Amino acid sequence: MERVPISKIGTTLFVSIQIDLQDESVVRLQEDLADELAATGARGVIIDITAMEIVDSFIGRMLAMIGSISRLFDAETVLVGMRPAVAITLTELGLSLHGVRTALNAEKGLELLNGSA
Amino acid sequence: MDVDSSQGRMAVYMRDHQDKVVGRWSELVAAGLRGRSSATEVRRELDELYVLVIRAMSGADDQALGELRAALAELSRSRARNGFTPSETALGVFALKDAVYELVADAADLVPEYLVFSRMMDDLGLLTFETYATAREQIIADQAEAMLELSTPVIRLWDGVIAVPLVGTLDSARTHLVMEKLLETLVATGADHAVLDITGVPTVDTEVAQHLLKTVSAARLLGAECIVSGIRPQVAQTIVSLGIEFGDIATKATLADALAHALSRTGRNIEKAGPA
Amino acid sequence: MDELPIRSGDDVVRVRQQVRVVAAKSGLSLVDQTKLVTAASELARNALMHGGGGLARIEVVTSGQGRSGVRVGFTDEGPGIADVDRALTDGWSSGDGLGLGLSGARRLVDEFELTSKPGSGTSVVVVKWSR
Repeated sequence: MERVPISKIGTTLFVSIQIDLQDESVVRLQEDLADELAATGARGVIIDITAMEIVDSFIGRMLAMIGSISRLFDAETVLVGMRPAVAITLTELGLSLHGVRTALNAEKGLELLNGSA
Repeated sequence: MDVDSSQGRMAVYMRDHQDKVVGRWSELVAAGLRGRSSATEVRRELDELYVLVIRAMSGADDQALGELRAALAELSRSRARNGFTPSETALGVFALKDAVYELVADAADLVPEYLVFSRMMDDLGLLTFETYATAREQIIADQAEAMLELSTPVIRLWDGVIAVPLVGTLDSARTHLVMEKLLETLVATGADHAVLDITGVPTVDTEVAQHLLKTVSAARLLGAECIVSGIRPQVAQTIVSLGIEFGDIATKATLADALAHALSRTGRNIEKAGPA
Repeated sequence: MDELPIRSGDDVVRVRQQVRVVAAKSGLSLVDQTKLVTAASELARNALMHGGGGLARIEVVTSGQGRSGVRVGFTDEGPGIADVDRALTDGWSSGDGLGLGLSGARRLVDEFELTSKPGSGTSVVVVKWSR
């Protein structure tokens, strides 16, 4: 099973999902992020999904949950780089991903985090 | 080539009198087309079809009927593109029945075969009608798509602000196109605000509102906030009476108001410069 | 036609990838490909999670008017769905997540056919046509 690496830069955790993730790996990511947030006291999480070709209801729900978990650790999560085709499909699916903020890219995601710090 | 006896005799008869029958057929068809196709063109088309008809009737060759149907479908599509009516094409097919009838009128023993032949021609006439309808639908669909593309521009209004003036009905096809273009432009420009101007949308009912909300949702997933502008007084009343809620989406009367709103949200204000 | 077994999370990923390949070859637009692959992901997961594993069949189809499309069928030998109507209604209320997957998948495709009886497994066939 592939594990998604988490990097830390300053008070922000960076996650870049590069591959076609199977469910187990997403659940694992959630656990790993919770561990990292607790261990580092990071204030922000940026999840880069530029490389994700699809986000279905399970993955979408997991991403929203990551947002909720982060908030429990007083951290804000920003999902960045969603592809237009994925956004349109998610909207059609009826998934609004409440609880996670979004931005076009990691740079804007950081601006968002720093703005609300 | 073995000839199936059930249709054989008439097929042979028709083959032997090809010139006369196709000649008569051409006359009837040309008369129906009222000069829009030359007699020689018509004759050539019909000769080819006639050969296929005889092959199909003699039953010796499985593919003949398939080829005949394909040839007629192609003829029908071409007539559709050239502005002939479906009746004209179908009547052309039925005219062969008349031409053949004239040939076999005195041969009572050919009546059963003629009936089978006649039924086959009826089917083929219907085929041309259906193919025509499908071809026209395709032309209309293509035109509608072209029109849709033309009427959905995405404008860069300001640094970080783009606008989509919606003109005409906002149905699901247009909504889809709007979403695609809007999102692509957001990625290309890095804008974080999009103004959806509905001045040109004649009616805003619950369906249109849903389409707008879907578009706003999609833009939000890319980190952009939408403002709906162009709300006319009557539209405002309709929206309220229908109980449509725009929730936390900002709505403004004009594009100008929407632009000012977007700018102030991004910490920018427009001020008059000092004396020139 | 491609037949892929669905016995693990990796298989679900494989189904997604194969559907993507076939959809791209059939001339579906990028958005349509994404919708179909997403629907396939939902349905494959259902077959695995609720059906105890199953099979996916992917094939290219042609309509009467000559348009090409992709048909994906999912079968499982699981417990079946007792209340199909309820399963197809939107909502998280079913708790096990079955609801949104099915109804969501239906919204993403052009044709959707679900057959299921308690005790005899479930079959879902979806088709997406190129425009």
